[in-house]
Amino acid sequence: MAKKILTEHINVPGIETFDVYRKQGGYTAVEKAIKTMTPEEVVEEAKKSGVRGRGGAGFPMGMKWGFLAKPEGVPRYLVCNADESEPGTFKDHHLMKSIPHLLIEGMIISSYALGANKSFIYVRGELMYVIRILEKAIEEAKAQGFLGKNILGSGYDLELIVQPGGGAYICGEETALLESLEGKRGNPRNKPPFPAVKGLYQSPTVVNNVESIANMSWIINNGGDAYAAIGIGRSTGTKLISASGHIEKPGVYEIELGVSVEEFLNSDEYCGGIRKGHHLKALVAGGSSVPILPAHLIMKTANGEDRLMSYESLSDGGFATGTMLGSGGFIVFDETACIVRNTWNFSRFYHHESCGQCSPCREGTGWMEKVLHRIEHGHGSMHDVDLLVDISKKIEGNTICPLGDAAAWPVASAIRHFRDEFVWHITNPHEATQPGAVYRGEMELA
Amino acid sequence: MTETPNLVAFTPERLEKVKEIIARYPEGRQKSALLPVLHVAQEQWGWLSSEVMDYVAGILSIQPVEVYEVASFYTMYHLDPVGKHVIEYCRTGPCCLMGGENVYGHLKQKLGVEAGQTTADGLFTLKEVECLAACGWGPVFQIREQFYMNLTNDKVDQIIEDLSK
Repeated sequence: MAKKILTEHINVPGIETFDVYRKQGGYTAVEKAIKTMTPEEVVEEAKKSGVRGRGGAGFPMGMKWGFLAKPEGVPRYLVCNADESEPGTFKDHHLMKSIPHLLIEGMIISSYALGANKSFIYVRGELMYVIRILEKAIEEAKAQGFLGKNILGSGYDLELIVQPGGGAYICGEETALLESLEGKRGNPRNKPPFPAVKGLYQSPTVVNNVESIANMSWIINNGGDAYAAIGIGRSTGTKLISASGHIEKPGVYEIELGVSVEEFLNSDEYCGGIRKGHHLKALVAGGSSVPILPAHLIMKTANGEDRLMSYESLSDGGFATGTMLGSGGFIVFDETACIVRNTWNFSRFYHHESCGQCSPCREGTGWMEKVLHRIEHGHGSMHDVDLLVDISKKIEGNTICPLGDAAAWPVASAIRHFRDEFVWHITNPHEATQPGAVYRGEMELA
Repeated sequence: MTETPNLVAFTPERLEKVKEIIARYPEGRQKSALLPVLHVAQEQWGWLSSEVMDYVAGILSIQPVEVYEVASFYTMYHLDPVGKHVIEYCRTGPCCLMGGENVYGHLKQKLGVEAGQTTADGLFTLKEVECLAACGWGPVFQIREQFYMNLTNDKVDQIIEDLSK
């Protein structure tokens, strides 16, 4: 069995309660950090661990902490991003509902490291039942002296607040999240200033993903170096992968970074292979916004090397032949899946979720959705394929936040790798619009 | 259907809850309470009428327009009356890969309404939503806080029957 950092105790009965979590060694990392370490030493361990932002961007967490401004007399904030909304991603949902104290413990350690006395967990509003689980866990931790005033007699105070969202993918973008937390529409802010200088209430703020913060207990107990020894190269530690689509065993799996894509997909420890009687056609490895890959680029890179579940290996070949680890939303497509229909579906998502602030995204996402809708419904023209590529290029890089890129990449990559399928829809509209019709042309399956 | 409230006021228990929420934030930052307080309001009235939004604005000492712009931005807030049970089904890619479109088609047929509509008896409102972060357990819909997962036509029939009792 591979190393488990986050999910080792996740199936212990009652692990959602303080007592059981504590019996499994819970909150020892808080004791160690607060009683024996300075905040700077905690930050140093985070840096040594090399743990990278697990929300999708993959930016080193310790380095992000290092950017936090510390002006005299100004409060600092830690905000946990639990707005998990990227299609294909449901790991934070799983982690928070199953083992809420792991996040609470990580929040206490991280808040101590950053000198924050009031920290927030911003959870997407649809997960109201998870919010109640977290609030209960916070009450328990408070009753045991791990939260509130003078934690463990150290003089350190921390209040932890769970904030519900209202239903908006854009609030996963950190500055939109902060706007939302201030009671406003989730419009991303122009940067600079970055949140590390002016974030929540114009105060220095760090925003980190649930999974990133949940790693902190293990890092403090075992040391940043021990964490960095797990994984491969700059992809240190483990990663939660949300596996969905046409596989035998959908679910959330913790992998050691560097396991091969083939092992993750086919072994019984993880996905259990493509559903019986079917073949792999395509994969979205890191949530809906990362480029989709065709079968022949999934198990091996363009150079013929084994493709690994790591930041570097998945992006090997750039966007021409690679993709990204992203949030770890692993969506598997077999030969029954229509790439055009799925691309239209994802486009509709980004159009729906665009905040409307930047014209290229507001107009471009809607335009792409319309063009894809007409191709999927038998009214496309040959010109449309290049038109889509053109629109995607004009959105990419031209918006305040990365939602524009996230909308452009799935369309551009689908056409890059599955152009024949788009052309088939346009040249065979009658056949292509039959229920369940899927292109079965010259396509390599695995 | 929930009637437009004539006299808008939180129940005493909910008012306590709202005060507790407002007290979470630093002084002068009570606007941060807006999203959570709107959830409490929707829990009480089922949807957010302009009277309810004006009332919330008063409680938070902000302008009514600050409430309207937020309530209309986020998809969870209902700006029109809804049925007793709002079924919010996920229409995004992974749920569709698992047969979501067929299951939702069956659901619409069974209730005789399309997305955005309420059944004549006022029992069910159908609402199409984007990804609910439950992709491995799709197709999925949500009714209030409850998730219904790995949906099939048979499961849908059972759920609707149970809720119709």
